Amino acid sequence: MAKRVFSFIAMAALMSALCFSLLSCGREEVNFEPTSETASIDYTPYAGVTINVYNWGEYISDGSEGSVDINKAFTKLTGISVNYTNFTDNEDMYSKLKSGGMSYDIIIPSDYMVERLIKEGMVQKLDFANIPNYKHIDDSYKDLYFDPENEYSVPYNVGMIGLIYNTDLLSYTPDSWEALRDPNYSNQILMFNNPRDAFAIAQIALGIDVNTENPEEWEEAQDWLKRQKAYVKAYVMDEVFNKMESGSAAMAPYYAGDFLSMYQNNEDLAFVYPKEGTNIFVDSICIPASSKHKSAAELYINFLLDPNVALENAETICYASPNKEVVSNPRYEEFLAELHPDAKAILYPSFNEIYPDKDADDYFFHNLSPASLDKLSALWSELKITSVEDSGSLTIYILAAVAVAALLAVVIFIKIRKEKRNA
Amino acid sequence: MKITGKVYMGVIFTLLYAPILVIMVFSFNSSNSMAVMNGVSLRWYKELFTNEKAIDALVNSLILAVTSAVISTVIGTAAAVGIYHIKNKRVKSAVMSVTNIPMMNPDIVTGVSIMLLFAFVATLFGLGIFGFFTLLVAHITFNLPYVILCVMPKLKQMDKNLPEAALDLGCTPLQAFFKVEFFELIPGIATGLLMAFTLSLDDFVISYFVAGESFQTLPIYIYAMTKRRVLPDMNALFTVIFAVIFILLLARNFMTKDIVPKKAKEV
Amino acid sequence: MKAARKLSPLHRYAAYPYVVWAAAFVVAPLLFVLYYAFTDRSGSVSLTNFSRMFNGDTLKVFAISLAFAFIATLICLFIAYPLAYAIVKTKKKTQNMLIMMFMLPMWMNFVLRTYALSFLLEDKGLLNRFFDTVGVGHVRLIYTSGAVIFGMVYNFLPYMLLPIYSVMAKMDKSLIEASEDLGCNKFRTLINVIFPLSLPGVVSGITMVFVPSVSTFYISQQLGPTDFVLIGDVIESEIKTTGGVYNYGSAISFVLMLLIFACIAVMNKFSDEESEGGVIV
Repeated sequence: MAKRVFSFIAMAALMSALCFSLLSCGREEVNFEPTSETASIDYTPYAGVTINVYNWGEYISDGSEGSVDINKAFTKLTGISVNYTNFTDNEDMYSKLKSGGMSYDIIIPSDYMVERLIKEGMVQKLDFANIPNYKHIDDSYKDLYFDPENEYSVPYNVGMIGLIYNTDLLSYTPDSWEALRDPNYSNQILMFNNPRDAFAIAQIALGIDVNTENPEEWEEAQDWLKRQKAYVKAYVMDEVFNKMESGSAAMAPYYAGDFLSMYQNNEDLAFVYPKEGTNIFVDSICIPASSKHKSAAELYINFLLDPNVALENAETICYASPNKEVVSNPRYEEFLAELHPDAKAILYPSFNEIYPDKDADDYFFHNLSPASLDKLSALWSELKITSVEDSGSLTIYILAAVAVAALLAVVIFIKIRKEKRNA
Repeated sequence: MKITGKVYMGVIFTLLYAPILVIMVFSFNSSNSMAVMNGVSLRWYKELFTNEKAIDALVNSLILAVTSAVISTVIGTAAAVGIYHIKNKRVKSAVMSVTNIPMMNPDIVTGVSIMLLFAFVATLFGLGIFGFFTLLVAHITFNLPYVILCVMPKLKQMDKNLPEAALDLGCTPLQAFFKVEFFELIPGIATGLLMAFTLSLDDFVISYFVAGESFQTLPIYIYAMTKRRVLPDMNALFTVIFAVIFILLLARNFMTKDIVPKKAKEV
Repeated sequence: MKAARKLSPLHRYAAYPYVVWAAAFVVAPLLFVLYYAFTDRSGSVSLTNFSRMFNGDTLKVFAISLAFAFIATLICLFIAYPLAYAIVKTKKKTQNMLIMMFMLPMWMNFVLRTYALSFLLEDKGLLNRFFDTVGVGHVRLIYTSGAVIFGMVYNFLPYMLLPIYSVMAKMDKSLIEASEDLGCNKFRTLINVIFPLSLPGVVSGITMVFVPSVSTFYISQQLGPTDFVLIGDVIESEIKTTGGVYNYGSAISFVLMLLIFACIAVMNKFSDEESEGGVIV
């Protein structure tokens, strides 16, 4: 017995030793330095602090496939550890923040969510003395509608939603959001798995204001989505990468930067801004009111804005950067040219050139009234449960189950009768 | 008849292992396709070992599993002994019913209920408490019934005269326990420990509800990965886990084989 | 004879830590579930959660979950029972090896296994490529309800196999021999002798497959069609994505719990002996 336990422990120890030795030979050091201005700040008061960063998925250069691990570089420079986790959409992040189970120091919500967080007092004012690199942000991204005096947020990435499609699988070039309801491509269409983006596509296709407060218009949009559901293969967010790259789906709406990432892995993919219009978004960095490490968080923001860091980020996640130093950098120009023939036009379009008769301001998301928020939430839940026409098989299953239950009842009945007889 | 049996076993075996084999083969793929094998390389293993988050999650899972297994075995064994000696039938069956609850309850209900408790405590104290501690508590809670259920049968099988004999021969009750009863219980305790360790390592649903962001276990990490762009280093992770478990089970199998013939010789 | 010996303090107090733990972390949480189930958002007692449940689609979701769990359990039973029988018929040495091989996938991480399945079933995945080469053409496998059943069976088959095999392995061989001596052929022995004796294992296996099948949420998320929601999914979204409003989710959990307990009570009618964990060890 003792021998058995001992051998087991010995085996486990051997395993762990093997693992650790493999681990240490796998580590490579990537050479990366932020600018001297960022490097020269005195970080000693903050060494040993851990900050919790909550961000979208695939939204930072994280060291995979040879890229620079920005969080690791930050820790190396400042001694502040980063606990980096992901959310899948704004509503998900909001729920987590609201339920208070975890104290985050950095969050990166989208414009309308920043508006909501400011309104509800869930974010703190930033001390820009700690964020000198803010000067690198292009003026056209400052003082935006969701944070008019720019006290609570710093822009991180910008972009627009477009339609990604596989030229190999699609027999035509789509130019409208209605392509996402094309019955010929039933079960090859992906759709946003978050309420705001999904409803926006319906609203834009129908010509409704994306920020409407009219409940009937929300229901119209839901109707559009309900009729689309029969052709949708799956509602996805970041799962879209694998699916589009492997050719499992023919079309998906997604963010411009992510298209370029996908294009790096599959050159059959193409991107278009549909004619009805599209959502423009700005994702910004904020510090929640419940954060306990505000200064350390501000240093993190400063680090992200550092020209070298922002450049690495922009080249890895392929989103449009609001950082002047990135856009004017010749290395970045080269990178864009190699990435995709139209990369610059996709990432840094002039909204008015693509949509001359539309007003850009109409296509940003604003925070909605509580009544509309509730309505949207209820409609979205309902959409998710809605049955698609092909529920015939479901009925069969239910009938089968009922039959089985009846069978069981009969068997129980017989058994009880047998027991009574024996007693 | 025998052949049908073998064929049947073979078919089920193939079906069960097909996805596993596919993943293992594709973990050696040089491209990141999951459908076409472009060449052989160890690229994804290297990627896996530089993936600090995955390794962290694995280590976290192991730490949690070991800690919760040990603690739940201690509390559970004591509980089994104590429950076994309860004289009042009503109390005994009440306690056993409570013990059965986490086993019968679906994981999701157990997870949600414990999470609600902690959320309530969090609102009282305003803390961000979801983390290692909450996970540990949850894991111990669902491990305990299994430990108790592994130890109980050994208690029932034990010869009651032995501890009495020990007491008659002059041992204090404590000594009697450790020299006699505990010894008899060791197989049950070992099984309980192993079971608790396994359950804790593999638990996903309960951990999903009670985990915080600072301490991620392996199943939760994998779940988060499946929501994002998946690199084939997941396949490498899968293969590594499979290999480790395979080797451990093989080892356990061979060790059991050793002991049985030896005992036969002694008798 | 045996005097009413006083219990040693060790024996008397050994269970106390556990009882305290169970009260705090098993009973209390369930009370919280009850609390949230029977109150509404503002904290006042009300039955709005239940009226919402019975007036909406949630009942349909319950029915679907139960139906699918039934079907998956039955399929597991039909696959595992002959399998256990076949294994028991082999030599003792190979039995251990075989059981280990069949149990091994169970030790693999649940999330990974399900995710592995999704790769296999994808439209451009391996199975479809195989079908293409064989000439069957493209078959839509993933995101169907069939995929969900397949996922459930694949994941939970070992849980059905182990109890049945354990009971069969411990069965008194002399009974089987007696039955054959009395003139039954193998088949009749199976039905009249082996099956009734293996019933505790079958019941245990059914419980261990049915309960997780009803309440799973990951399998349906990964493999199910877009309109496919199991009760586990509803609970998960109600608890995790509503920003701290746990009432509806708790109400559903409460009903689910009652449902499961009812099913288990029914199934225990089939098992004559008390469950002492004999089939687990």
